[in-house]
Amino acid sequence: MLCIVGRMAIGHVLLGILERRPAHGYDVKRIHDERFPSAKPLAYGQVYAALAKLAKDGLVEVAETHQEGGPERTTYAITPAGVESLRAWLGATESAGPYAADELVRKTVTSLLRGSDATAFLQRQRITHLAVMRDLVAARAEAPSAAVSIAIDHTISHLDADLRWLETAAERAAADRTRSA
Amino acid sequence: MSLSERSGSAALLDAQAIRKSFGRTDALQGASMSVAAGEIVAITGPSGSGKSTLLLCAAGVLRPESGRVTYDGQLLDDLGEAERSRLRRRDFGLVLQFGQLVPELTAAQNVALPLLLDRHDKAASFAAARSWLERLDADELADARPGEMSGGESQRVAIARALVSGPRVIFADEPTGALDTVNGERVLQVLLDVARETAASLVLVTHDNRVAASADREIVLRDGCNEQRVDV
Repeated sequence: MLCIVGRMAIGHVLLGILERRPAHGYDVKRIHDERFPSAKPLAYGQVYAALAKLAKDGLVEVAETHQEGGPERTTYAITPAGVESLRAWLGATESAGPYAADELVRKTVTSLLRGSDATAFLQRQRITHLAVMRDLVAARAEAPSAAVSIAIDHTISHLDADLRWLETAAERAAADRTRSA
Repeated sequence: MSLSERSGSAALLDAQAIRKSFGRTDALQGASMSVAAGEIVAITGPSGSGKSTLLLCAAGVLRPESGRVTYDGQLLDDLGEAERSRLRRRDFGLVLQFGQLVPELTAAQNVALPLLLDRHDKAASFAAARSWLERLDADELADARPGEMSGGESQRVAIARALVSGPRVIFADEPTGALDTVNGERVLQVLLDVARETAASLVLVTHDNRVAASADREIVLRDGCNEQRVDV
């Protein structure tokens, strides 16, 4: 079960959307993107593939199919098994995240291990992070609901952790240069 | 152009090559900052890098050993103590980390204080104080003394006091440093809103990246100097 929870994060997010009311793929994507404004928007292909997988696993079912001039639209509804799976996913904790695999860490550590001066990279990265954070802080000030603010808070908190790590990395890199000089 | 790369053009307040020591400690070793009218600037850097000292020198609270602080074309060094005090009361608003309210006075009296010291009409001063307290959702605190307030409440009263005289430059030293996240955000938002509404400049000293991200421009200090940008 834990394995399924890990693999099906997007699927469970879609189940959470469908639990409120049945919807077709286009609406599911739109609701997802509104609900997670700082996440990468879902691709339609990704949504339809996830819905097909959920249907195959019996977690959603086709409630209605209709076609009015345009392409055929299939409305999906969550099944009792889907609700149960959603509850299990919501109750399971996530791992804290393998930061060592993060691109930022890979670049900085590689740079330092090569003996390169990472200061310029760290400064540029801080400017980039701060610019993104500025956009998010502005978006949060205009957030239409506490739920959206909370979703943005999560990204801001991670950026803040990265920024604090960048500051520490810059200090350690400077101390390392002084020691080697 | 990045947050950190823009220089403050047409500076309203300009502090250049500031040096300041406390005993044997060199707090500032040639640091500079400037802020244009209506601009929001964050001064950041590690602890002990001289952020607060630079803010207090720029605000005319501390006298640097060398360097120049110019406000609206006027060299602060050319002003006597009385003129500097008047400038700080009328044109500058100062918000510190723990509010620093006068404990014996009520919130309304604390907020009215800069106007009363400037010999404004008493009734008008208290009316302005109450209006600012209301603006900061702190009107119910008007008769409370600082000891009866939470950290967030004290800070909102302190902001009202800093704003009551309609400053052209607001200086805030770690204004959210003593507050929890939600109260800190609220206090910061009030400062940003008021600065934008009144076209005042805002200088924020902070170690909080969220606060720094709210500014138009960031000035990074390191060991009492401006951090050198490294280009590769």
